[in-house]
Amino acid sequence: MNQFSYVRVTSKESAISAMAKDKTAMFLAGGTNLVDLMKSGVTSPERLVDINNVPLATIEETKTGLRIGALAKNTAVAENALVIKHFPLLSQALKAGASPQLRNMATVGGNMMQRTRCHYFYDNALPCNKRNPGSGCGAIGGFTRMHAIFGASDKCIAVHPSDMCVALTALDAVITVAGPKGERKIPFGDFHRLPGDTPEQDNNLQRGELIIAVDIPFNQLSAHTHYLKVRDRASYAFALVSVGAAMQIKGGNIADVRLAMGGVAHKPWRLKEAEAWLKGKSATEENFRKAASMAMTNAKSQGGNAFKLTLAPNTIVEALKTAAAQA
Amino acid sequence: MGTDKKSEPINRVDGRAKVTGKAKYFAEFEVPGVTFCVMVTSPITRGTITTINTKTAERAPGVLAVFTHLNMPAILGWAEQGNNSKLPSGGERYRMLGSNKILFNGQPIALVIADTLERAQHAASLVTATYNKAEHHTDLLKNKEKAAMPPRMGDYTRGTDANAHNTAPVVLKADYTVPIEVHNPMELAGILAFWEGDDKLTVYAKTQGVKSTQRTLAGAFKLDEKNVQVYSEFVGGGFGMGLRTWPQEVTVAAAARALKKPVKLVLTRDQMFTLVGHRPYTIQHISMGATRDGQLMGIYHEATGETASYDDFTEGTVGMTRFMYACPNVTTKYRIVPLDRGVPIWMRGPGEATGAFALESAIDEMAYKVNMDPLQFRLKNFAETDPEKNKPFSSNNLKEAYQLGSKKIGWAKRNPVPASMKEGDWLVGYGMSTGVFGAHRGESTCRAQLNADGTLLLQSATSDIGPGTSTAMVQIAHEVTGLPIEKIHFELGSTAFPPSGSQGGSSTVSSVGSAVFDVCTALKGMLTEAGLTFDNGTVKPAAGKSDSLQEVLSKQNKTFFEITKSSKGGAEQEKYSLYSFSIHFAEVRVHPATGVVRVKRVVTVADSGRIVSPKTAASQMIGGVTGGIGMALTEEGIIDHRFGRFVNNNLADYHVPVSADVPHIETIFIDKPDPVTNPMGSKGMGEIALIGFSAAVANAVYHATGKRIRELPITPDKILSA
Repeated sequence: MNQFSYVRVTSKESAISAMAKDKTAMFLAGGTNLVDLMKSGVTSPERLVDINNVPLATIEETKTGLRIGALAKNTAVAENALVIKHFPLLSQALKAGASPQLRNMATVGGNMMQRTRCHYFYDNALPCNKRNPGSGCGAIGGFTRMHAIFGASDKCIAVHPSDMCVALTALDAVITVAGPKGERKIPFGDFHRLPGDTPEQDNNLQRGELIIAVDIPFNQLSAHTHYLKVRDRASYAFALVSVGAAMQIKGGNIADVRLAMGGVAHKPWRLKEAEAWLKGKSATEENFRKAASMAMTNAKSQGGNAFKLTLAPNTIVEALKTAAAQA
Repeated sequence: MGTDKKSEPINRVDGRAKVTGKAKYFAEFEVPGVTFCVMVTSPITRGTITTINTKTAERAPGVLAVFTHLNMPAILGWAEQGNNSKLPSGGERYRMLGSNKILFNGQPIALVIADTLERAQHAASLVTATYNKAEHHTDLLKNKEKAAMPPRMGDYTRGTDANAHNTAPVVLKADYTVPIEVHNPMELAGILAFWEGDDKLTVYAKTQGVKSTQRTLAGAFKLDEKNVQVYSEFVGGGFGMGLRTWPQEVTVAAAARALKKPVKLVLTRDQMFTLVGHRPYTIQHISMGATRDGQLMGIYHEATGETASYDDFTEGTVGMTRFMYACPNVTTKYRIVPLDRGVPIWMRGPGEATGAFALESAIDEMAYKVNMDPLQFRLKNFAETDPEKNKPFSSNNLKEAYQLGSKKIGWAKRNPVPASMKEGDWLVGYGMSTGVFGAHRGESTCRAQLNADGTLLLQSATSDIGPGTSTAMVQIAHEVTGLPIEKIHFELGSTAFPPSGSQGGSSTVSSVGSAVFDVCTALKGMLTEAGLTFDNGTVKPAAGKSDSLQEVLSKQNKTFFEITKSSKGGAEQEKYSLYSFSIHFAEVRVHPATGVVRVKRVVTVADSGRIVSPKTAASQMIGGVTGGIGMALTEEGIIDHRFGRFVNNNLADYHVPVSADVPHIETIFIDKPDPVTNPMGSKGMGEIALIGFSAAVANAVYHATGKRIRELPITPDKILSA
């Protein structure tokens, strides 16, 4: 770990101005990913701006939905009565992630900012375009079991590791960020990026901007939700594939539906075509299977992850079946 | 003891110390002026270091020294040991920082020593090196042509028809793969070393054998053993990785001498994958022939495991096949392939666990081929005596174990047809397997000290890597003397105590326990001579005597009685074949759409003689099964062979089972004394708790799905693509 200075701020204004002063500075929230990255020398900020004392941890109901402060802890969100009532999918997804100890530290904003778990990114002795642009992608042609089947490029095949972000993508959340030029809103689906030629950029947050909150609009989807995470052990493992499904079912027909996947792309992967096709159809396994196969158009294996071409549609079907079966 | 009398289940005598943090592990000892060592390791897999730049690191704050192959003080014993021309690779021994040669990825190329850990870590990041890379080979599958017979293990064959496995009416041929597994105890490996002058070395170490570490260090530094003191009272898990004193530990001791300061090294988690051994990647071929009614005619079992280019690591992978079943024709072969990797080391259940996965899967496959219940098939081919050694077993209660276990799991109630049982969307399967391991007993010595206050102190240079050694020893002493548990104290983990072997091969209770038994028995005799006797939990004057323990000691000008006894197995053991046995039953759920496998229920039965400490023995079995769940379903060290580097060298990506993966584990003990092994009638159990378990799961997965997975671990992708 390099030597770094540390400053603690108590307002978003002081946070933003501290960041503007130092190009190598980074925000520190829960630290559950950043500290690991610093220890392994992947990230070497010369200044840490600790924002944990900035009052941004509130979870409140607004006229149009719920507003969750960027510094709300993952556990606090997962256990929040309003979240459980209005957006059970979010609570389920959060509880599927990490371990209780990590969820007690990790924040909503930090969860969005967490970096890929691709091993080649973490090992300084191996090539990685995300860590060291231009050095090549170590994963391509190597150990690809955990890697992307959608939206990868020849520069990067890493996946985004978050469970929470899968739910927020499905729920049409909107992120509010603040920077030196003021506040702006980013629809959740536009926040994370595909790797393209610039895999070093995980998302569209601008240098110096701070995530303030995420808004989730009310919907009619809370009765039938399921977050299904398939992984190599029963807990504390990243997804091979995960699916967040939420439906409104009226008289056996799907009135509305949201679907998103994790563990398959550089960003949480929303399945809009499958959603559109399912709308108005009856909630049957046959229809779920058709939607799932529609969602797999353009899926591409890297070799070691070929099983995801089977696992992903199966998981979509299982998630929809379980969600539909809820009373 | 040695009778049918059952032992009381008692709590761990050091349980409170462990859960309150009072128990000190090697890295926690505070030595004045201690310095901290961090290793810089090679990012290449084979080649030579062309330049190494330590200048920036040496100038970094707090740095005391940077050692590389250019300035490392010579380790005399190493230099004299020279090379061993018997290496299958024809290569040379690995001497850390002994030359510019790189033999494996992750090999240390520099030691950075500083006044704080953080400064040492930072300075280590400033060391740079350039290399001349050579072609490397880390993939066993691509280097099979290098397979050689290990110097220490020959082929085995019995019977008159070596081809019976090919020509029998029913033939099975199958290949099995066990991947690299890494011990990954919670406590990281390392050493804290300091010297008095140039010839007195003291170390706190993570080791499974203080005497073994003492011998290694004394040999390396050409010292009398008495000038090397090794302490390792508490060990946070070992599973075999602490059975060697690793080169970095010797090198750190050498650095401490050169610096004239105490030096502490604690490995990082990723270094635990490369520098302290692993279970070797092993491929196995089994060819098995049987009659149509299920009588085994022939077995051919060939295993090929990895070793390092600089060593000839060998383990008992094919041993079980030689004697487990009454089969007239058996051939076993074991080969090793030297690779550009760090050397493997025994991992719990060592080679037997690898071999049992293949053999006990194949037995299951053959049972289905001849249309028999796998349990009945095993009984039909039961070996009443050891067909390899042609000796009777000292004890073998497997038939009773089969019966108890099958009844408990409800074996007879299952529908034996594969893929026939369901619970909701989940397929249900039952599987079983057998495990076996030698009931070893080594020589051990114990000192007893009976104090004036009637407390008994026992000392032996053995270890406790977790099974509860002290608890078992206190229990044995309690049963011999009748003194209450709380009046007996057992001390271990110091070379100052009388010698014992390392804790490995499930031999501690048999070896050290016998010494405890013998020394306590001798102490009784000593008391008799002094006119005293153990009576109802205290020491009292013998019949017709009046002096108390205190009075007798005072008259003899002593503050305590002491006696030391050495103990080992007698010649009568040569007449028998000595083994511990286990039976595992597993009930699994398999989700066919996602390939997820969950172990739902486990019944495991140990035939390990008389149980000395029922509570810690049950914990031992539960721990072994938990390791077995890891072996069956989750654990795999993955190397990207293009680079020769691990790509999952941390506990987030190398999956050991978490609590949610481990169901209720029912442990059953036959608990009958073995008449031959030792005075307690006990047999070892650390290994048999794990050996065979992975096959029980694989067999249950087959029963659930009709899919036979022959490559561990059984992850969702393998179920989906089978």
